[in-house]
Amino acid sequence: MLHETHKATRTETLTRVPYWVFQTAETYRQEQERIFQGPSWHYLALEVELPEPGDFRVTKIGETSVVVTRDDDGEIYAFENRCAHRGALICLDNCGKGKKDFSCVYHAWTYDRQGNLRGIAFKDGIKGKGGMPESFRMEDHGPRKLRIAILHGLIFGSFSEEVPPIEEYLGDEICARIERVLGGRKPVVLGRVTQALPNNWKLYMENVKDSYHASILHLFFTTFELNRLSLKGGIIVDESGGHHVSYSAIDTSVQKDAEYSKQQLRSESEYKLADPSLLQGFEEYHDGVTLQILSVFPTFVLQQIQNAVAVRQIVPRAIDKTDLNWTYLGFADDTPEQRLVRMKQNNLVGPAGYISMEDGCVGGFVQRGIAGASEEEAILEMGGSQAQSSESRVTEASVRGFWKAYRSNMGM
Amino acid sequence: MDSLYQQITRAQADYARCIDDDRLEEWPDHFHGSCIYKITTAANQREGLEGAIIFANSKGMLKDRVSALREANIYERQSYRHILGQPSILQESATEVRSETSFLVARIVQDGDTDIFATGRYLDLYKIEDGKVRLDERIVVCDSSRIDTLLALPL
Repeated sequence: MLHETHKATRTETLTRVPYWVFQTAETYRQEQERIFQGPSWHYLALEVELPEPGDFRVTKIGETSVVVTRDDDGEIYAFENRCAHRGALICLDNCGKGKKDFSCVYHAWTYDRQGNLRGIAFKDGIKGKGGMPESFRMEDHGPRKLRIAILHGLIFGSFSEEVPPIEEYLGDEICARIERVLGGRKPVVLGRVTQALPNNWKLYMENVKDSYHASILHLFFTTFELNRLSLKGGIIVDESGGHHVSYSAIDTSVQKDAEYSKQQLRSESEYKLADPSLLQGFEEYHDGVTLQILSVFPTFVLQQIQNAVAVRQIVPRAIDKTDLNWTYLGFADDTPEQRLVRMKQNNLVGPAGYISMEDGCVGGFVQRGIAGASEEEAILEMGGSQAQSSESRVTEASVRGFWKAYRSNMGM
Repeated sequence: MDSLYQQITRAQADYARCIDDDRLEEWPDHFHGSCIYKITTAANQREGLEGAIIFANSKGMLKDRVSALREANIYERQSYRHILGQPSILQESATEVRSETSFLVARIVQDGDTDIFATGRYLDLYKIEDGKVRLDERIVVCDSSRIDTLLALPL
């Protein structure tokens, strides 16, 4: 951990990233304030995870613990998991059902499902002695409440009053791509797992947005032609730069092309599966798109790789520690055969994923690689210097987009 | 002739040793042709969620796991040390045995750090054929929902 303060110089270029942004305590602290509690939308949970009034889940926005609930009016609410009294966690369980209210274990200050303070133990004292002063008004105290936005079953929350409505925040193109996967459908949670990454959270987001590495680092992906840069596809970067989609479609008319062979990449191997049923999916979207990776600034990912659908939430735990929360999805109308396909294709992703495995460690390789080089910079010139949509995926445009949004939020 | 309990214990020890000795190519042979191998978390198991970190329903898929680790996937050199508990026999018949066995796996990475990587239990279904036991199903239930960095080698 570096304690010194680095002066961020305002730069005209998005093509350089100083390494100290992944290393300093000051940067980490400022991110909590300017990004995680700033004007951004943060993924909290899926609506289907809270089907009934009294259901709740605890999640995190940056380092801040947040309680998400559904109340009797059917609406979703979220509030900071911090007692207004002395700051203890209000809710200790990760999730549950049938919760009528939330009572802090320390002194039994009690909150309703919307986070309003409703009761204080011994408020009026005992036998006229002790108790809270008459001037104390419960309605003036409580954990901070979040604004909530729900988009195609995804619950987002924000501490900010300034953040624009979610549709405006994301823009039409990103919204349409979320709708493509989740619109009008009822997702089913198939499973969850957390992957503990040994690196700063931004290194994972860079990796997600990096369409350049996919076919080079991930041999499994390319060999089976799930994703080759030369296939049909492209990237979409929104106006802010912070949100992106990378997509590809198998172009059956194109045979193995010469470009890859020329590069002599590791990814040109003769590798065959003993059980190819892993890759035998079903047509789900009727647009030929076999891969769509979508990110929402700062820390949300929606993934469709063939029939493997998942949401990923990125939670920073320390400067060089990040939790990656995977929620694997199916849909309520899946046939048993389709469900089995999803189970098999989930082998592609997650901590043991044939294609995600490397993403879990490559951020750590960078974190360790830059340890003594805080004044040096990363180079992001592949595909130019802009952060805009492109038909080529041999570009770092969406990584530059991340830094565009990051700089704007951080005032850098 | 070993008792059934001894046979299960022997099979479990051989399985762990095969992985720890980096003889992964032999690992699929601990299973029948049509088999289930699954790694999940205790939280998923409790909630009845079927999704898994690794899921295979054929010996071919186990072989593919090994060849991917050998030829395709990039990860830092590492090894495991399995410490197994005594198996509890939950059910037995002339042809099948269900057992549960706790495990602790330490991971040793190339820079020399040894850490407790996973603890949990094997929920096993062994089939007895020609007097020999072999896995028909192994559900690996990890106690924690958090996996450090990546899960490359099988548990």
